[in-house]
Amino acid sequence: MNINLTLIGQSVTFIAFIWFCMKFVWPALISVMEEREKKIADGLEAADRADKDLELAQKKAGETLTEAKQQAAEIIEQANKRANQIVDEAKDQARAEGDRLKVAAQAEIEQEANRAKEELRAKVATLALAGAEKVLGNTIDANAHNDLVDKLAAEL
Amino acid sequence: MASEGQTSTEYIQHHLQNLAYGKLEAGYTRADGSVVTQDTWTIAHSAQEAADMGFWAIHLDTLGWSIALALILGFVFRKAIAGANTGTPKGVQSFVELIVDFVNNTVTDIFHHKNRVIAPMALTIFTWVFMMNLMDLIPVDWLPQVAAAAAGDPHFYFKVVPTTDPNATMGMALTVFALMVFYSITQKGFIGFVKELTMHPFAPPTKGAAIVLAPLMIAINFILETVSLIAKPISLGLRLFGNMYAGEMIFILIALMFGAGALMAGMGFFLQMGWAIFHILVITLQAFVFMVLTIVYMAMAHDVEEH
Repeated sequence: MNINLTLIGQSVTFIAFIWFCMKFVWPALISVMEEREKKIADGLEAADRADKDLELAQKKAGETLTEAKQQAAEIIEQANKRANQIVDEAKDQARAEGDRLKVAAQAEIEQEANRAKEELRAKVATLALAGAEKVLGNTIDANAHNDLVDKLAAEL
Repeated sequence: MASEGQTSTEYIQHHLQNLAYGKLEAGYTRADGSVVTQDTWTIAHSAQEAADMGFWAIHLDTLGWSIALALILGFVFRKAIAGANTGTPKGVQSFVELIVDFVNNTVTDIFHHKNRVIAPMALTIFTWVFMMNLMDLIPVDWLPQVAAAAAGDPHFYFKVVPTTDPNATMGMALTVFALMVFYSITQKGFIGFVKELTMHPFAPPTKGAAIVLAPLMIAINFILETVSLIAKPISLGLRLFGNMYAGEMIFILIALMFGAGALMAGMGFFLQMGWAIFHILVITLQAFVFMVLTIVYMAMAHDVEEH
């Protein structure tokens, strides 16, 4: 247990070892560890951000969905309204067409009736003339009694 | 255990003697009775010879083992640096990073100034002192017996735990002390350092009639502060030395039991195991204490106190 040169030798070794650690070991390891720490922190932050993004996206998707549903409902309503309108229009048109046809048919019927009347009237005049001839026993000069016949026919 | 023809006292003394290499002066009578004819550099063959070599001798075992352990650590560190990347750390690298992280946390907790020497120094102290202490767990006779066989001399001195040599612990403590003084002066200036030694703990009066007491106060302060300053490296070095020396001594005493019959040897087995397990705590704790105290002293050297 003598104090001797070993004291100085040990000090020199100590200083050399400190220098070695200071120069090579510490900076290399600390920088790597700090970098890794940063990497992990960044990773966690990114995960956090992604979480937030996801939440946002979900919220947005929900909003879009609601909006789309609303729009769809609106469109269906409009379509229904339009359909009702079209049906109403068609009904109106049909009614108008029916009326028109009815009027036309009535007009034709009237026309036919008139024509039949005229024909009848002419035939009645002839019949009346023929009857009168038979009653009188001779021929009636059609021209002479034309006025009479016509008057008769007109009275029918 | 004790070799043949050795008393227990001789055995213990043999185990506590370092392998000293130094100069013996001409006319010196050696342990075996021969007289040295001229100044010779040689290995001491007895404790007396080692003591007579004076300061200019060197403990080959202490220095050899501490340098060897430093080289082993350097190799481990180099391996960790070579594999260092920002990915998942593996094996040696993650172990070294664990230690570096631990040391870094300890340093940042205690030391709040900017100095890129402190943290690497703390790492050096913790790992190196731990490795040197760890040599204590190797059974006390293994390496000395191997060394004696290799040297062909049954009385070959070989102490394998560098921290049981006060030269090693005081060498480190004095280096720390030198750095302490260096940083005290560079951080506070020479005047600041002197002020710190003389204006504490009793502030000298600066006015009034009491001013005549100022030199006395300064003298008292200087004595107190110098003692506390000098006590730091001495307590730092001797604490580690004392703990390891005592631990080594217990191991040697237990080792003596193996030569004293089957019953004693059986007891010795359990005692050695128990003491070794307890010593795992001691060697780690002492390495940690040495590191923490060094950081604290460095922090004190940097702290500029306000008055």
